[in-house]
Amino acid sequence: MSTIASASALLDISGLSITYGHGDEAVVAAQNIDLTLKPGEIVALVGESGSGKSTLSKAIIGLLPQSARILGGSINLGGENLLSRSERELASIRGRRIGMVPQDPGASLDPVKTVGSQISEVFRLHPQGHKLSRVELRAEVIRLLELVGIDTPEQRISQYPHELSGGLKQRVLIAIAFALKPELLIADEPTSALDVTVQQTVLEVFTKLARELGTAVIFVTHDLAVATDIADRIVVMQHGQIREDRPVLEILRSPEDAYTRMLLTEATASGDASRIATGMGAITVPAIEVAGLTQIYGRGKTERAAVDEVSFAVRPGTTFSLVGESGSGKSTTARMIMRLLEPTAGTVKIHGQDVTHARGIDKRELWRSLQLVYQNPDSALDPRYSVSRIISEPLENYKVGSKAERRLRVAELLDAVNLPTRMAALGAKELSGGQRQRVAIARALALGAKTLVLDEALSALDVLTQAQILALLEDLQVNQGLSYLFISHDLHVVERISHDVGVMRQGRLVEVGTATQVLNNPTSEYTRLLLDSNPGALLREMATN
Amino acid sequence: MSIKLEEPLLQTLGGGADPGPNNGTAQGHAAKPKQRAIRSVSFWLTCAPLIVVVGWALFPSLFSGYDPISGVPAQKFQGPGLEHWFGTDHLGRDVFARVVHGTSQTLLTAGLAVCIGLVVGTGLGLLAATAGRAADAVTMRLIDVLLAVPGFLISLIIVTAYAPGPISLGVGVGIASIASFARVVRSEVLRVRSLDYVEAAFMNGGTYWSVVFKHILPNSCGPVLALLAVDLGVAILAISGLGFLGFGSPPPTPEWGLLIAEGRQYLASAWWLTTLPGIVIVLVVVLLAGLGRQLHKIFRF
Amino acid sequence: MAAYIARRIGQALLVIWLAYTLVFLAVQLLPNDPVTIFLSADAAANPETIAAMKAQYGYDQPLLVQYFNQLTGLFRGDFGYSLASGQPVSERIGSVASSTLVLASSAFVAAVALAVLLVASATLVRQSWLKRFIINLPPLFAAVPVFWLGLVLLQLLSIQLGIMSLFPDGSFASIAVPVLVLAIHISAPIAQVLLKSVDNVHAQPFVDVLRAKGASPSWIFFRHTLKNAAAPAMTISGITVGTLLAGSVITETVFARSGLGQVVLQAVTAQDVALVQGMVLLTATAFVLVNLVVDLLYPLLDPRILKSGTHGAPRALVA
Repeated sequence: MSTIASASALLDISGLSITYGHGDEAVVAAQNIDLTLKPGEIVALVGESGSGKSTLSKAIIGLLPQSARILGGSINLGGENLLSRSERELASIRGRRIGMVPQDPGASLDPVKTVGSQISEVFRLHPQGHKLSRVELRAEVIRLLELVGIDTPEQRISQYPHELSGGLKQRVLIAIAFALKPELLIADEPTSALDVTVQQTVLEVFTKLARELGTAVIFVTHDLAVATDIADRIVVMQHGQIREDRPVLEILRSPEDAYTRMLLTEATASGDASRIATGMGAITVPAIEVAGLTQIYGRGKTERAAVDEVSFAVRPGTTFSLVGESGSGKSTTARMIMRLLEPTAGTVKIHGQDVTHARGIDKRELWRSLQLVYQNPDSALDPRYSVSRIISEPLENYKVGSKAERRLRVAELLDAVNLPTRMAALGAKELSGGQRQRVAIARALALGAKTLVLDEALSALDVLTQAQILALLEDLQVNQGLSYLFISHDLHVVERISHDVGVMRQGRLVEVGTATQVLNNPTSEYTRLLLDSNPGALLREMATN
Repeated sequence: MSIKLEEPLLQTLGGGADPGPNNGTAQGHAAKPKQRAIRSVSFWLTCAPLIVVVGWALFPSLFSGYDPISGVPAQKFQGPGLEHWFGTDHLGRDVFARVVHGTSQTLLTAGLAVCIGLVVGTGLGLLAATAGRAADAVTMRLIDVLLAVPGFLISLIIVTAYAPGPISLGVGVGIASIASFARVVRSEVLRVRSLDYVEAAFMNGGTYWSVVFKHILPNSCGPVLALLAVDLGVAILAISGLGFLGFGSPPPTPEWGLLIAEGRQYLASAWWLTTLPGIVIVLVVVLLAGLGRQLHKIFRF
Repeated sequence: MAAYIARRIGQALLVIWLAYTLVFLAVQLLPNDPVTIFLSADAAANPETIAAMKAQYGYDQPLLVQYFNQLTGLFRGDFGYSLASGQPVSERIGSVASSTLVLASSAFVAAVALAVLLVASATLVRQSWLKRFIINLPPLFAAVPVFWLGLVLLQLLSIQLGIMSLFPDGSFASIAVPVLVLAIHISAPIAQVLLKSVDNVHAQPFVDVLRAKGASPSWIFFRHTLKNAAAPAMTISGITVGTLLAGSVITETVFARSGLGQVVLQAVTAQDVALVQGMVLLTATAFVLVNLVVDLLYPLLDPRILKSGTHGAPRALVA
């Protein structure tokens, strides 16, 4: 490790080991961690889920869950070991000397207290010198709200969290964290729950404040692109260990660790947008064709178009990506195409057939050739079922083949999604997220579907797993001539897999075209904003050089 | 008025110190919770005494050699001891024998009540959860009514109009437990139904009934099973309470509530007549509640 | 706000009406009408007396007329007549209700206090063995029959220790002990739900943020958790009204207090269906009113309730 504990260090962690549970079931979450932070330094802690990055950050602020056990090591803040402090002493340090910006702004504010009272609470918890009067408190709260760029702070003070958007909530939380000008700030995936355009503005506010106030920051993230955008130094973690700890530019130029290299490759990889899809003849019937598709919710005053006159076509054997932020209507569009939701207006054609009003037997037939893969691999498979039973369920329902033939088909499908045949006997609960997603794809293909709708199918997976599933999808497309409608908010992934891209905003399709066209020369302002907000400017720069 | 009880009810079932389902950080260890739970010591510590109690109900004479109905007057009012574990009553009858022989009466009545609650409640809950908005609204109001009229009074109407006895009690207490079953079934079915794999099952060619039976019901059975155990305990309490008031089987039939009511006259001289049968009731109900918690854990998907 | 209140009141009226209708139907399903049942024990009753009594109480009228007469009576506070005494149900009950009302309401207040006390100590106590012990109290309370607990306390306090009389004499113990017995029983479900609800609140990220602000466990519990966790506990408290009535009747019997318990027992013994029916309606009305109050209190606790209105009713299954 290249860290040298210097006298001027603000935070000095050495030999820290943490496990969860005890006895045979103990899981090592952090192993012999050494880490130092200078005052005012911004360090990004990067790793996949289970790498121990969150555990480490929670240990620093003393918020480990009860099942966690610190086996050894020390955490020194300004020379005093936090691990030897009592709970009461820690409480006086938290909020005053160490602040925290949490992961999920939606659930991180008390829903039944006003925004103002939750900010002023910090001052009431840590009275300094004289007690602030109500008026002084109020002025202080307003000043903080202005500091994080919230307009009309006088009104916001008396509002409840549910009246604020996600981005505003995160700003309030940032205001709380910076209220007492702490020396150290722990930010645990502070923007992963936000839309990309919101993420950018929040990150700007956050880094600006940290730089201005000279606050040292530990920024925990799974997203290497975000890390490179804001940090001075990057610490890569895997399996509870630090793999690499170096300044951003060095790590980008010459990564030493193999795992870091893999993460970097994935973060910079871009699709070959010029690739030609297989099996594209001169005259082709679109795999999916929608025209004027509309979904209106509510009635009268509350009427709102979730999807507004959307038209596009998915060429057979290609991938069409529908991109947009949350609430843009992309999933609603997918559900209407799947016939899971009745459109208010418009038509849906699948492989040339109008299925807008298909029901009963027609709908059953439709689902033989058109299948959906869900975002969340945890809920997509019945937890009581074995893998083979999950994959053969559609075969049984449509009475395809004999028992032996079905077993053969399951083996064939497992092979197609690169899972070993022995997995057929495992229960759905025993699989990892990536494996579950493969099983879900196998099930979707069981009846020979030619078109898949992938609704954020990669979003719940880690970066490297994402890359594997992406490769699998590409293989399947080439080998079986599949067409994909790929729904995603992640431009990086979209760039890698798409032939065509459509951009949605507030229910409308604002731009549609080939991937090269939309991603390189966007015509709509919104697409440009999306592309600009996409983190990883530095990464892209490095990749092109 | 609309009472949103699904949560609280399930919460009560979830019980005390159990950790939540989703705090397992390690996936590998969560693999086979069912087998682990069945092998666990606490599961058998809960089940073993309950099995003994069921034994009392089925073969009472195996557990006590004394006659529960006719006693030996010479041995009346003997305190608890090796010969008579729970002592003897004013007629010289062995109290332990009367508790053992009363088990079948109490369990059968409670069982009848729970069956009524389970069958009608599950039906109503399924209807509310799967048959659309109108059916849901109507069923939920119906359940509100069932909650609004205490089971105690429902039992009393039936007892008043017919005659005191186990059937009247069982039906009354059973009607009272319909509401809790209906609520648990409804909320569980709603929860499971919104999961992706249920929708996927439809897209993979499942029909309404095949999906209900293959995916929805099996995955929502855990809390219902748990409620079954807990509700049996609640029914035992309600029935012994009504028995205590004299609305159950007439004497000399041994029934747990009635036993305590009889002992009440001798409160000053023979404490064991009321205290010891009561401890049996408390233990059985506590164990049933514990069993409910364990079942809830085992069948959580 | 107005819409919320109107909707809740509408639902309450609907439930009272449904309860009335169901009870009416249930009474019609009995093998005989209330008068015949009442007089069945009386050997001297001949068809003429039965007919005369039916006419007196209106049981000779067509069913629909009976239904509407009784229904309109309900809104005038008329819950029918006791066949045994000829008094209106409300009068028969009113004369003894105050004693029961005092017992039930003080037990309710004590139960809520006990539940909050249990949950607060379970949450804030540091020693894990003590915490475990407290957490296991509510399930135990729930399993203890009211009548048994009453008898055991009587046995202990008045016979063994002699600090309270066997019969009510107005002393503090003779009032406090029945209240305590009932409160322990009622507190069990409230404490269980509150405990679980507190656990759920504590699992939410905002509690971590509070700790990161430097708040102590008791600060978090009293200033944040309790308000967030209160709604489910309030719901269950409202529902205990039914249990409270049954518990009061039993407690009164055990401690030989006068009150509704006596009336109920007499009504059942005399096979006075009309009186029991009247009590059912009265209880249902009380239940609905209490729960209406609970419903109207929710928005004070949680500002989100008015915003979201009712939670969306489920749609039918696909396919």
